[in-house]
Order: sequence, then structure tokens, then C-alpha cells
Amino acid sequence: MSIDSPKIGDQLPGRDIACDAVQLFQYNAALWNAHRIHFDFPYATEAEGYPGLVIAGPLMGDWLSQCVIEWLSDHGRLASIEYSNRQAAYVGEVLHVGGTVTAVDPQARTVSLELFVRNEAGETITPGAAVVELVAD
Amino acid sequence: MSSLLTPELLAHIGRQAPPHRELVTRRDIRKYAIATGQRLRKYLDGDEAPPMFHVALFWPVVERDQIAPDGVAIDSFLPEFPLKRAMAGGLKIEYSRTVAPGDWLTATRTLTDIYEKQGRSGPLIFYEVVMRVTNDAGEDMLTETTTRILR
Repeated sequence: MSIDSPKIGDQLPGRDIACDAVQLFQYNAALWNAHRIHFDFPYATEAEGYPGLVIAGPLMGDWLSQCVIEWLSDHGRLASIEYSNRQAAYVGEVLHVGGTVTAVDPQARTVSLELFVRNEAGETITPGAAVVELVAD
Repeated sequence: MSSLLTPELLAHIGRQAPPHRELVTRRDIRKYAIATGQRLRKYLDGDEAPPMFHVALFWPVVERDQIAPDGVAIDSFLPEFPLKRAMAGGLKIEYSRTVAPGDWLTATRTLTDIYEKQGRSGPLIFYEVVMRVTNDAGEDMLTETTTRILR
């Protein structure tokens, strides 16, 4: 698709992400987040009952933002993004991040996007939305 | 349905935390960019901060006695809620300016809402915090609205 003339229904290039324990550790270290469900496997599984190390919610939100800005490149700017973490994901899963154009406003030069992180079962675990403003030609 | 939310708890709506000022460094941007799997050079090199870098920049840094047994920093800004287990909620971020190394940014957080919903396995408490981030010139950089769920 061409970012120059986005149309409703256009798909953003998707990306598969398999977050491993090293990436999850580095992410929470960058935040200074010591929540044990992200690095302490016995605690996450035995004390909290999760099947594995829990992928941090805002990390999945960041992947949604990457999906948008890689598609947008230097054709505009991210005006807003939102998401909600509906379902957890765990180290070892292959997650798919993508999006779709849902509205185009040629006057305001804005494009609205629906975004998602899906798990291997095809469930949308982190739905989101974004608005981008395209730069004038 | 009896409510978990007492008038005393709801009186915290509108409470504002003291402003928090932090310096953006290239090293911190690079760490964040690598950890999140960014692929654009400007982020990996730390020339510009990725859109959600502020999440890391303003994550609470607290002393050890302020860390709960589950490893979560105790947020003294928030009231004590009758439900304790935090589930990740959602974010909405509106952007005004991009963040770059050398920027001094100030975040001001306001507790804007507390409400209750009935979940599949019991009551849930939602709370909403708005964080406004400005630069030293007083210009808006971004505004983030966080909704957290407790069960």
C-alpha cells in the first residue's frame, strides 16, 4: 500500500514478535520495574498462578506504536495512540502486531487506525487505536 | 450491590502529585529502544525518543522499603484501595512534541477518576491518572491517560 493515499481497509505491515526472557528483563530494567511476574518464574507460576513470565502490558503498547511509526515513516506524525491490555501474554508465545486504516480525513490530513496484538490462537489480546497526521505535500 | 468505594476514597479524585522533573539522556533512549525492539535508526542511536519512552522516564524510582513483596513500587500518590491485585489496564497518549536527548521534562500527575465495575469473578476497581508532560519552556510534550484495574 502507499502511505501517500491511504484508504479505509488498508493493512499496515504486520510483524511477529517473540519476546524472550532477555528482552522482557531489559524492558523492565529500562523502566526500573521490579514486578516479579516479569522475571521470577517460580513466583509468577506458583504464587500468582500464571503459566509463565508475563509480558509487560506497556511493552505490547509500544509494539503497537512501532507498527504505526514504521508504516508512517517520515510522511507524518503520530498524534495519539491508545490501547488496553485485555488478556495476558507470556514468554515463549509468538505474537502478531498489526493494524488497519479505519478512517481518512483528507481535509484534516488525518488517518485513523485500528491496532492489535494477537496471540497464536488468533485472539486480540491488546486492541488499540491511533490517529496520525500526514505532512502536507 | 454494595460499593467498595467509600466517600473517603472517592474524595481523592482530583488529587495532584508534586511535579516530577527528569533529564532525557541518549543512553536511556538507547536502552529503551533496544529493549522494546525498535528498528528505526534514530531511536536505536538515541537521536530521538520513541513515542512511549516517557513510560520509562517517569516510572517511579523508590527506595527498597517502598517496594511491595510482589516487587511493585508502592505509589504513595494513590489512596489505599480495598482491592490489591493490579491487572495491566490501558493507556491513551496525545502527542504535541517529540522528545530528544538533553530535554528536561516535567510530569504532573492527577488522579482524575475512581469507579467500580462487576467483573466475571467479582468486583473490579478502575482508576484513571492523567499525566501531563511539559518541557522547561512550559510547552506541552504529551498527555497520557492511564486506566488501571484492581481485582
